[in-house]
Amino acid sequence: MNDMRLTEKVVTETAKITARGVQVHYGTNHALKDVDVDILDKTVTAFIGPSGCGKSTFLRCLNRMNDTVASARVTGRIEMDGQDIYDPRVDPVQLRAKVGMVFQKPNPFPKSIYDNVAYGPKIHGLARGKAELDEIVETSLKKAALWNEVKDRLAAPGTGLSGGQQQRLCIARAVATSPEVLLMDEPCSALDPIATAQVEELIDELRAQFSVVIVTHSMQQAARVSQRTAFFHLGHLVEYGETGHIFTNPTDPRTEAYITGRIG
Amino acid sequence: MSLGLLLLLLLALGALGFLAGRQRALAAVRGDARDLHSLPGYYGQTVALFATVPALLLCLVWLVVQPAIVERSISALILPEDITAGSSLVLVMSDVRRIAEGMDALAVAGAASEGEIAALVGQPDALKERLAQTGVALAAPILPHIAEAAQVWRAQTALGGQIMAAAVLALAVAGFLLALWRIAPEFRARNVVERFVRVLLVAASSVAILTTIGIIFSLVFESWHFFQLYPARDFFLSLTWAPKFGGGSDLGLWPLLWGTLYVSFIALLVAVPIGLMAAIYLSEYASPAVRAVAKPAIEVLAGIPSIVYGLFALMTVGPFLRDWFAQPLGLGDSSSSVMTAGVVMGIMLIPYVSSLSDDIINAVPQSLRDGSYGLGATQSETIRQVVFPAALPGIVGAILMAASRAIGETMIVVLGAGAAAKLDLNPFEAMTTVTVKIVSQLTGDTEFASPETLVAFALGLTLFVFTLGLNILALYIVRKYREQYE
Repeated sequence: MNDMRLTEKVVTETAKITARGVQVHYGTNHALKDVDVDILDKTVTAFIGPSGCGKSTFLRCLNRMNDTVASARVTGRIEMDGQDIYDPRVDPVQLRAKVGMVFQKPNPFPKSIYDNVAYGPKIHGLARGKAELDEIVETSLKKAALWNEVKDRLAAPGTGLSGGQQQRLCIARAVATSPEVLLMDEPCSALDPIATAQVEELIDELRAQFSVVIVTHSMQQAARVSQRTAFFHLGHLVEYGETGHIFTNPTDPRTEAYITGRIG
Repeated sequence: MSLGLLLLLLLALGALGFLAGRQRALAAVRGDARDLHSLPGYYGQTVALFATVPALLLCLVWLVVQPAIVERSISALILPEDITAGSSLVLVMSDVRRIAEGMDALAVAGAASEGEIAALVGQPDALKERLAQTGVALAAPILPHIAEAAQVWRAQTALGGQIMAAAVLALAVAGFLLALWRIAPEFRARNVVERFVRVLLVAASSVAILTTIGIIFSLVFESWHFFQLYPARDFFLSLTWAPKFGGGSDLGLWPLLWGTLYVSFIALLVAVPIGLMAAIYLSEYASPAVRAVAKPAIEVLAGIPSIVYGLFALMTVGPFLRDWFAQPLGLGDSSSSVMTAGVVMGIMLIPYVSSLSDDIINAVPQSLRDGSYGLGATQSETIRQVVFPAALPGIVGAILMAASRAIGETMIVVLGAGAAAKLDLNPFEAMTTVTVKIVSQLTGDTEFASPETLVAFALGLTLFVFTLGLNILALYIVRKYREQYE
């Protein structure tokens, strides 16, 4: 963390991820323009903004998921713990084990609940035996606040759970590889209010272990769960700062217009 | 009036109906189409449909029913003494029909006037000669009574044709006028056309279903005949296949069924791994440009006629397998073998497996792949552990469909595997399959009443039950798989 530019940018605790001058093109479409952000460790950061503003695109840069899109081109510099994640020496597959991701629509694999959670640890060889794997599955499910609901039916298919349970299963699945950062792309948009409340509570608990980045369309949700908020508009990062500050006293007129409901 | 002219008239009436209906609808609202319930074209279509469809149906029914009625009335004219020894009513009737057709041909060619033909009826030998000149050769001498029956036949058929033409045209005109009379601005022509379309579609699917039912019935009926002549127990349990066209044959199913299953098994052994891997490459790894070229290229294999594959088996694969595998390994020296047919059939099945599997793998939601990549899995880990298990039921369905095709395949086996019915484990031996034996039992001059011929139907039925079972299983599995993502 001895990057000189960092100090002039934000005055805070440790930055987990620093992004400088990040640009993304999908073919001829310039989706993200010159974004600079520091994601703090053990903090929930919310990305808000109208649809198509680039917030999900930026999120997908952080674990190089954009690599799987053939037309995407990412430039600029993104560092995690001082290491450039777009460096040719970095294996994107390894990176994604450290930067977990939860998607908009719950996407459990068509396997048992147990196998869904054990998937990551198995492919990365994290467990040294059946007992250890059982333990990882149990802790992950506990962290995702799902253990009590499914402990008696770990062999049942993950697709048979309710929407909210499925999403928590996906969170448990991501947590099981012990990531350092957890990216969540509108994790509650397919859930009912009760399931949403459970997931939000969970996000707040997860903050104790790693930094969480959440993309959301709900400004109430951003205000409830995050400590820091970034507002994106038309591919630009318009404003980034403490959540309370952004919502009560935005500096940029566009941010104010968005949070008061006049744009977006 | 000839049938062609009648149909042409009907079409003309339909076209006229379209124009008249359209015109009348527009006239009813003084040219402002917005006041009509439907677009003007629908009124035209309604009149055209009313004019042509009932008339065509009548025509169709008439064409089916009339010959049956004429045949019955002529049969009544045939006296017992007209049926000579060794003949039967059916054969005599077919003679009557041929003589009548010959007389028609004479009349049409202008070789004889109606008067001359009537005169010829009294002189059977002269009649036979004249008929032979027009290409209708009859073996037995013509009896005068039979020639008269043929004459009656002609008269009745001609009369029937005239009545039909009149009835059909009358119905067409009636439909035309009725539809035209009903046209009013509030007449729901659009809905009428809609109903017609629906009936048409129902009719089309019924044809397919009824044909299937007809095929099954004919198979069951003939198989029933076979089992009257040959004990079912021997057919299903005997291990020997040795048909003798003098009687006393052994017609055991097992050597043929074994050959079928063995060849199909080898074919699937070739087609499934290659087809599946090709499908995985195409759906997961290939760039859109490669896919656009490679997918149609593989599907070209499906367009090659199976007889061409058979030639390939006979000329290339068979000798190759014999020279490089069977003879060096001491397993036989026949170029026709189960292996040859199986390998070539496998190549033929590759596009079935790959194309169906490719569609099924593509149907696995992208979100599952994203989920797996997001956990740090590589592409092949994702395919093996997430995509493939998710697609498995569908892939099994695809394989079963390929299997039922392999079981029904004939040409490749005829040319590749030989015709010897045996129960053997050696894949380099010549063997044969159910389909090949069906062909060989039915070709040549054979009587349709011996068990040696009728066995073909029992074999066909067995095969049908087999593939039907496989297809039902495949459909069931595929459907179950579809429900998973809905």
